[in-house]
Amino acid sequence: MFNIERWQEIFEAISKNRLRTFLTGVSVASGIFILVILLGAGKGLQNGIEKQFERDAAGIIEVWSGTTTKEYKGLNPGRQIQFRNSDYNQSVQKFEDKLDLRASTNNYWGQAFAYGKESGSYQFRGVNPDYGGIENLTIVQGRYINAKDLESNAKVAVIGMKLKNDLLKDKEAIGEEILINNINFKVVGVFTDPGGEREETRAYLPLTTVQKTFGGGDKISNLFFTLKKTKDYDEALAQSEKFTQDLKDLLKSKNVVDPEDDGGVGVYNSVKDAKQFYDLNLYIRLFFWWVGICTIIAGVVGVSNIMLIIVKERTKEIGIRKALGASPFSIITMILHESIFITTIAGFVGLLASLALLEFVGPMVQSEYFRNPEVDFSVALTTLVLLVFAGAMAGFFPAYRAAKIKPIVALRDE
Amino acid sequence: MIEIKDLHKSYKMGSSELHVLKGINFNIEEGELVAIMGSSGSGKSTLLNILGILDEADSGSYILDKTPIKKLNETLASKYRNKFLGFVFQSFNLINYKSALDNVAMPLYYQGVKRKERYDIAMKYLEKVGLGSHVHHLPNELSGGQKQRVAIARALASNPKVLLADEPTGALDTKTSYEVMELIQGINDEGKTILIVTHEPDIAAMCKRNVVLKDGLIIDDKKVEQVRASSYV
Repeated sequence: MFNIERWQEIFEAISKNRLRTFLTGVSVASGIFILVILLGAGKGLQNGIEKQFERDAAGIIEVWSGTTTKEYKGLNPGRQIQFRNSDYNQSVQKFEDKLDLRASTNNYWGQAFAYGKESGSYQFRGVNPDYGGIENLTIVQGRYINAKDLESNAKVAVIGMKLKNDLLKDKEAIGEEILINNINFKVVGVFTDPGGEREETRAYLPLTTVQKTFGGGDKISNLFFTLKKTKDYDEALAQSEKFTQDLKDLLKSKNVVDPEDDGGVGVYNSVKDAKQFYDLNLYIRLFFWWVGICTIIAGVVGVSNIMLIIVKERTKEIGIRKALGASPFSIITMILHESIFITTIAGFVGLLASLALLEFVGPMVQSEYFRNPEVDFSVALTTLVLLVFAGAMAGFFPAYRAAKIKPIVALRDE
Repeated sequence: MIEIKDLHKSYKMGSSELHVLKGINFNIEEGELVAIMGSSGSGKSTLLNILGILDEADSGSYILDKTPIKKLNETLASKYRNKFLGFVFQSFNLINYKSALDNVAMPLYYQGVKRKERYDIAMKYLEKVGLGSHVHHLPNELSGGQKQRVAIARALASNPKVLLADEPTGALDTKTSYEVMELIQGINDEGKTILIVTHEPDIAAMCKRNVVLKDGLIIDDKKVEQVRASSYV
């Protein structure tokens, strides 16, 4: 295959026919460039819409405890099951590789909140850092609970917008001390929740602080998990159902609950309700694939057209070469070799240019419905191979015909 | 060297058929310098194209250097062209984007000769036709006579058995024509068999044998006293 003499012959033809080379190159490079940008923009739009449609994080699996309804291993029904830190830790340990977000909370309803003369009854939850992602909170001021707060049992609070408006009115909230059950907590952040005003009347405190300060010991109320993302809905559903079952089995056996008893340990799998969301995602992806395929077709037509013109332009040269002893095979390989070489190089240039554009300009065009445009490198590479192949095919047929015609006819071509 | 028997060729022109060659018989020995003459439409170019394996006869036999030329596929035809024949055309047919040297070296490329050797041989032939100082010029930087010299060098480069020239002086003025003929005579003096298609009597007179075609038949075939082109220059 590697024939240095042919390479030299081709390099000569390429360097002596700059305009022709340039035009072929530009058409291929721009085809790839537009395609990659389109796919990137499609992905950006998908990411943006994904973000818009997330009230809570997509596909939360929530676990709560209740009272048992069946006798099991000599224990009476009607027992209240209480989760503890160890339940959470064991679950995380066992399913570590499947989990995306994980959180445990300790919830207190109807607690006395006060600031200056204002007071009221609100809910607070002891939480860990991942919980913000589970609730899909947006921090509008300050920050969320972090790992350091949990380590140091800091008396800090992140409060909802509604709660802030009720207690602190128009005052700057960050740094103010509020009283929760007569204990001082410093406000470090204010959040809004896409779930609505009701969820904005809560305060989130570090879980460790809540357990120590309010006598919770190592008790927790709920466990929350999300699983790593999968491509399509069916896979996500199957995975989440298996996970749900495994998690139930683990928690029931640890808390001595009959495996058939759904009263003691309850699990809600919201992936079941997420079909709409996955469907929308699918439609967006399909749309951009369709646009992408149309672009490829346009690119293929463009490249084919240029190859046709090139061969036509070279008909006389082909006649001369044949008169001098070139076999039809050597004519075809010469034209194909040249076309593949040019389209490959130009394709790579277009690919790199578009990837660079996505990389550097992409982050600057974030908006509500458009985030992180990106493109799968292997998809881009496949496209390139497709275009090079199409160029070669488009070059092959006219080259084959030109190599077939009698040299005397080709020589007459002016 | 060349044996032709009862060669026929016709072209389809729409519904009618044009019978161009109506049974041509003649032989050419090694070292001859033959002029094929005739008015336009007499079939002389068609005959040359068949002799050059650029075109195919409908019937009759053609033996070139003991090799029968019949029903060849394109690959074999191109191989024979490369091995046996060198072409000189009226319109030169040089490749525009290649230098004189590259043009002359091209038949050798198709013979599979290595690059360096190719250029050595091409250089030798360019010097032989008196263009040693123009090897890196492109065809459009050369005069008509110089272009035809490059074409002759190219035809000679593959060391063919027969040189076929189709109106080699047709696009040149008289003085340049005689210079080119002087070169062709010199090559013939070295023993190369050469066929020239021409309609100019003064060019035919510079050959050793004249074959006259009319309406697809040979009407005259005689040896002539060669006029040396150098006597005009």
